Amino acid sequence: MSTMTMAKALNSGLRAAMEKDPKVLLMGEDIGKLGGVFRITEGLQKDFGEDRVIDTPLAEAGIVATAIGMALRGYRPVVEIQFDGFVYPAFDHIVSQVAKLHARSLGNVTLPMVIRIPVGGGIGAVEHHSESNEAYFAHTAGLRVISCSNPNDAFWMIQQAIECPDPIIFYEPKRRYWDKGEVAEAPERDLFSANVIRPGSDVTVLAYGPMVRSCLQAAQAAEEEGISIEVIDLRSLSPLDTEAIFASVRKTGRCVVVHEAATFLGLGAELAAQIQQECFYSLEAPVLRVGGYNVPYPPSRLEEDFLPDLDRVLDAVDRLMQH
Amino acid sequence: MGEQERQRRIEPSDGGPDMVQLVTPEGERVSHPEYDAIADEVTTQELQGFYRDMVIVRRCDNEATALQRQGELGLWVPSLGQEAAQVGSGRAMRTQDFAFPTYREHGVAWCRGVDPLNLLAMFRGVHNGGWNSFEKNFHLYTIIIGAQTLHATGYAMGIQRDHAVGSGDPDRDAAVIAYFGDGASAQGDVGEAFVFAGVNNAPVVFFCQNNQWAISEPNERQMRIPIYLRAKGYGFPGTRVDGNDVLATYAVTKRFLDDARDGQGPALIEAFTYRMGAHTTSDDPTKYRVSAEVEVWKLRDPIARLRNLLARAHGVPQSFFEEVDAEAAEVGTDLRARCLALPDPSPASMFDHVYAEPHPVMDRERAELTAYLSSFEGAHA
Repeated sequence: MSTMTMAKALNSGLRAAMEKDPKVLLMGEDIGKLGGVFRITEGLQKDFGEDRVIDTPLAEAGIVATAIGMALRGYRPVVEIQFDGFVYPAFDHIVSQVAKLHARSLGNVTLPMVIRIPVGGGIGAVEHHSESNEAYFAHTAGLRVISCSNPNDAFWMIQQAIECPDPIIFYEPKRRYWDKGEVAEAPERDLFSANVIRPGSDVTVLAYGPMVRSCLQAAQAAEEEGISIEVIDLRSLSPLDTEAIFASVRKTGRCVVVHEAATFLGLGAELAAQIQQECFYSLEAPVLRVGGYNVPYPPSRLEEDFLPDLDRVLDAVDRLMQH
Repeated sequence: MGEQERQRRIEPSDGGPDMVQLVTPEGERVSHPEYDAIADEVTTQELQGFYRDMVIVRRCDNEATALQRQGELGLWVPSLGQEAAQVGSGRAMRTQDFAFPTYREHGVAWCRGVDPLNLLAMFRGVHNGGWNSFEKNFHLYTIIIGAQTLHATGYAMGIQRDHAVGSGDPDRDAAVIAYFGDGASAQGDVGEAFVFAGVNNAPVVFFCQNNQWAISEPNERQMRIPIYLRAKGYGFPGTRVDGNDVLATYAVTKRFLDDARDGQGPALIEAFTYRMGAHTTSDDPTKYRVSAEVEVWKLRDPIARLRNLLARAHGVPQSFFEEVDAEAAEVGTDLRARCLALPDPSPASMFDHVYAEPHPVMDRERAELTAYLSSFEGAHA
């Protein structure tokens, strides 16, 4: 056990993966000498060389698509997209090539790629630096989409993701980079499993990434009012660990899904649909969603109103408890 | 169409003075100081091989067009007229080199030893490109325009990391050839590929078949200067070659592939050619180009030109040409029969290769589809 920030856990996880497998290499903008704008790759170029920690030209389509070529040659590229809102130039290659090549080749081509994306708001950033675009990728067959929420998961999930033969979109909640936590000596669960991080009996709260901490705080506050919230960190957004989700909702009969992304056609919509289909007779109340509003991410002076927080989660919980 | 434009279309460019040509449209060998050395090493037997390749490729192409017309393929993308560009460049590759094709590289596929049945199966809708890229170092056809140029560049960067460039070992050093068309030259991906290849000095040869038409749009809708001149802006050599001259295409491609393997970095080749047929079988070129233009290009036909050279300058007898025609007919007939015999994939197979590792949604939906289909079993047909 050691304590570190999530940023350091990611850095250490990448280092461990690179030490273990010489085919692992990193690609991205400013990830070399600078160590990335969030310093996640700090010191790695110095130790592993410019051939394995590649400062790329400033062109996201080019980064992802040359990574495809590297993977075809037998490498395991880990791509850093500098900010969530910068992934769109690479969108074509991610959905048309990365996601489809295994199927198109009838399994002859595997693309063991990880695309790391610092995600979400809450850091007072300018436009295009605070987006939550997971639904685009979770909607795309052939991709797996995961999100860490704490240092332990960050350390282990990045290594598990790099070992996975399928391409993975790996979300890192950027406002939690500096949260500290303990990192275990060994991975505690399968990469695509959810984690019941706080057991409870009245309401199931499903969250991932940056909202996990907010939901834990909400659960603590609710406890003082005598409401028992079960918080599940989904960790994997595609595939979903439906077994864990359904088991919890069958137990509590109430569920709220929380994410920063806009609610319209977001992950909460899929979860609500699946939960009502599978847990219909256990539900005491409709499944609620707490998320970003359906507007472009607002100027940062408004982001506290846009982003779900403890109070908005509790507000939803209160509405559920009225049933 | 204005009068000036109409005139230009009827008398299409002959490629200009910078274009490397070793065999004239009439089939006469002409000298080129830079490429004579490579060309002179090509034996008559090798030239006969090029001829055989081109005739068989054209025969398979015609067969596929006919199959589409008969409803046996959903679509076909004719390579008619571009055989020299494809065979010349395809034959310049070494075994360890890797090709990243568009969806029209039937001639390159042939040179790499990919069974043309694979190509027909794709356009029949049996699969989306089911051959193994690594068996013949010929990647799957890429339909998104220009995307493969970046995949090729990344692959070349992998070759560099494998230390398989500039080692001096001719069986180890490898290069990549990235095919694209004049239309793709407008894509950002192609520009990014030039940047990535340039700054990494990657062993990749960009091979543009300028067939003059991006579906209905002529060159002047895609570019303001000739494509090969763009290379200068990215810091590597660019050359225009007569893409209907198989010997020149072979010589120029061989030179730059050799240079790339040797560690001299990327190059851009613009093979100046012509799409004699439609863009695809869904296209109607009579709506946007005049037949007089096609007639001019017919006089530059790559197969007739090599045939003239072989017969006149190399003394190749008539019987050789007859044998090749007979062989091509046989290959075409066999290809047709095998295409018609292709079984449809099973419905549940659509779930088989979406992921490499087990996936709960695939398992669930495969079971749902199978159960749904089996619910009809025993029902009246």
